[in-house]
Amino acid sequence: MRFALSNEQRGFAQALDDLLGDAQVPAVSRSWADGDAATGLELWKRLADLGVTALCVPESHGGLAAEPADMVVAFEALGRHLAPGPYIESAVLAPALLTAAGGGPSLDEVASGSAIVTAAAPPMTPFALDADVADHVLLVDGTTLRAAQAGEPRTSVDRSRRLFEARPGEPLGSVDPVQVGRAFDAATLACSAQLLGAGEHVLATSVEYARSRWQFGRAIGEYQAVKHALADVRVALDFARPLVYGAAVALGDDGADASRDVSAAKAAASAAAYRASRTALQTHGAIGYTEEYDLGLWITKIRALTTAWGTVGFHRARVLDAVTAASA
Amino acid sequence: MNLDLDDRARAFRDEARAWLHEHVPRTPLPNMDTAEGFEAHREWEATLAADRWSVVSWPADYLGRDASLLEWVLFEEEYYRAGAPARVAQNGISLLAPILFEYGTDEQKERYLRPMADGTEIWAQAWSEPEAGSDLAALRSTAVRDDTCGGWILNGQKTWSSRAAFAHRGFGLFRSDPSAERHRGLTYFLFPLDADGVTVRPIHKLDGHPGFAEILFEDVFVPDSDVLGAPGDGWRVAMSTAGNERGLSLRSPGRFCAAADQLLDLWRERGDGSPALGERVADAWIAAQAYRLYTFGTVTRLAEGGSVGADGSVNKIFWSELDVRLHETALDLLGPEAELRDAGAAAGGAWMDGYLFSLSGPIYAGTNEIQRNIVAERLLGLPRGNR
Repeated sequence: MRFALSNEQRGFAQALDDLLGDAQVPAVSRSWADGDAATGLELWKRLADLGVTALCVPESHGGLAAEPADMVVAFEALGRHLAPGPYIESAVLAPALLTAAGGGPSLDEVASGSAIVTAAAPPMTPFALDADVADHVLLVDGTTLRAAQAGEPRTSVDRSRRLFEARPGEPLGSVDPVQVGRAFDAATLACSAQLLGAGEHVLATSVEYARSRWQFGRAIGEYQAVKHALADVRVALDFARPLVYGAAVALGDDGADASRDVSAAKAAASAAAYRASRTALQTHGAIGYTEEYDLGLWITKIRALTTAWGTVGFHRARVLDAVTAASA
Repeated sequence: MNLDLDDRARAFRDEARAWLHEHVPRTPLPNMDTAEGFEAHREWEATLAADRWSVVSWPADYLGRDASLLEWVLFEEEYYRAGAPARVAQNGISLLAPILFEYGTDEQKERYLRPMADGTEIWAQAWSEPEAGSDLAALRSTAVRDDTCGGWILNGQKTWSSRAAFAHRGFGLFRSDPSAERHRGLTYFLFPLDADGVTVRPIHKLDGHPGFAEILFEDVFVPDSDVLGAPGDGWRVAMSTAGNERGLSLRSPGRFCAAADQLLDLWRERGDGSPALGERVADAWIAAQAYRLYTFGTVTRLAEGGSVGADGSVNKIFWSELDVRLHETALDLLGPEAELRDAGAAAGGAWMDGYLFSLSGPIYAGTNEIQRNIVAERLLGLPRGNR
């Protein structure tokens, strides 16, 4: 039993933080939202060079076949820094689906980052994220995996999430429902990690703000009302993180409880990140409510991801079904 | 990163499970905060100690098994899963013993640890005072040097002392240097509760039992041999991390996991399919699982030389609120029967008893408001200020 990141994983996290910290990602995200994908695609390439897009691809296709905990490390960093683009779809969902279907876009290109894939997987993920930028659009149509095309655009509260209806095209192969379920689990876990990272960012930003913003002659962070709200965010994030990594271990072991554990992780990470975003906005006050201030990019991201890949209610119900069946 | 148990840990867990299966009393013992229950729980401590299960993490010389932190966590999981009795020796074992191991003289360890481990001597803590609750450093009870007799004279009043109504000995802080401020000039003393000048007045808790007491000190003599650590160094001794890691900041997840499993059983028996209650049951189970995994993270960190520090406050806020929430959910599942505490009640009223006990969690060992200040100031780095 060793429930902690390895030195390699810590190094990977640091490398991602260094890269993303220097990349002015909020500006990249704003451009992406405005339909200018150039800097976002540049960032995609640099992250691919660090291995992010190869993590979940089998070695036979030039991938790293990394353990899910490595993927969680990567997506926590993507969430913390707000990297825009269909990373979950291309780096996590597509490798699982394409491996299962045995056809479709080249996994080697997905791994290297030269091809970007997005996907719609109704009913939980009804729209294809960034389908206008992606090289390939997939549609999970029951047990059939299809190529698809970008249809009508839909507008998300998170302007950097450019959603599109997926117009079904040619079938690429059939996928076993169990494999679709595993792909969904992996994508949901990646989303949970992103939420965790985004929650950490807005907490850190709020602490900074509370230290420097003075009212009534002192820093607002001296008031217990502010302190306690931020402390509760620390507690929520600290107890969501082990569920996210625990689910990564379960997925890596391909255990019978993996879906249950992923759902527990998503429910807790959504709730913790959402609490973090509400507290962050309240701590910042009106400045946090403006479009100009970057905090809003994270607040809207967290709002969107809280219900993406299954709501808290959906995931709690899935946990309840699993644990009541197990103890029966 | 993995959650696999090695052969040694698995063998340890299996041995504990088998022993508990054979020895845990079939019918629950009477409440340990009654005279009858106190004796029954002491006997249980003796039963545990006879086969070296009362203090598994202690050295073998002192009735322990030299168990690792992970093995201790596994033992606790098995203990709660088996529905074994509450530990009447808990305060001594988890709060005092780690301090004795770190600061005690050989003679003190020799004298106190074995009788603590086998339930011969039950210890009560004496921290709070009428004017020193969350603000423990405001304590006023005094210790005055008596050179002629080679010891100290204690005066003052302690309160909310768990187990003190029936316990044999106490431990706590007294102000030994009246000129020193707050955290300085305090000394850690050990004393018998039947000493001349000690009066114990039981206090009945919300559950109707005398679970804690006031302790009055009137010129109580304590010899130098019962000072723990150096005179004047009491605050540092009492707050040392050793006292926390296996006690409150590393509270065993077993208790919450077992309660969450019982809640699931209740949901299957009594749940009306209400999605609102179902979500709460799921949330309680998820939180217990989170606590378990978080603990494995802490165990890993400590095994690799790390420390708990202010993270103990994060931990305490989480488990104490989880405990209340979990029991509230059970009571709502029981509906109009929830208030019953008689023999005919579901589980003999155990859910209500557990609920009443859980209500003390956010208060004792530093209220959760104090813990939130610690988290905000020491972990997040917010200014202490005037609050």
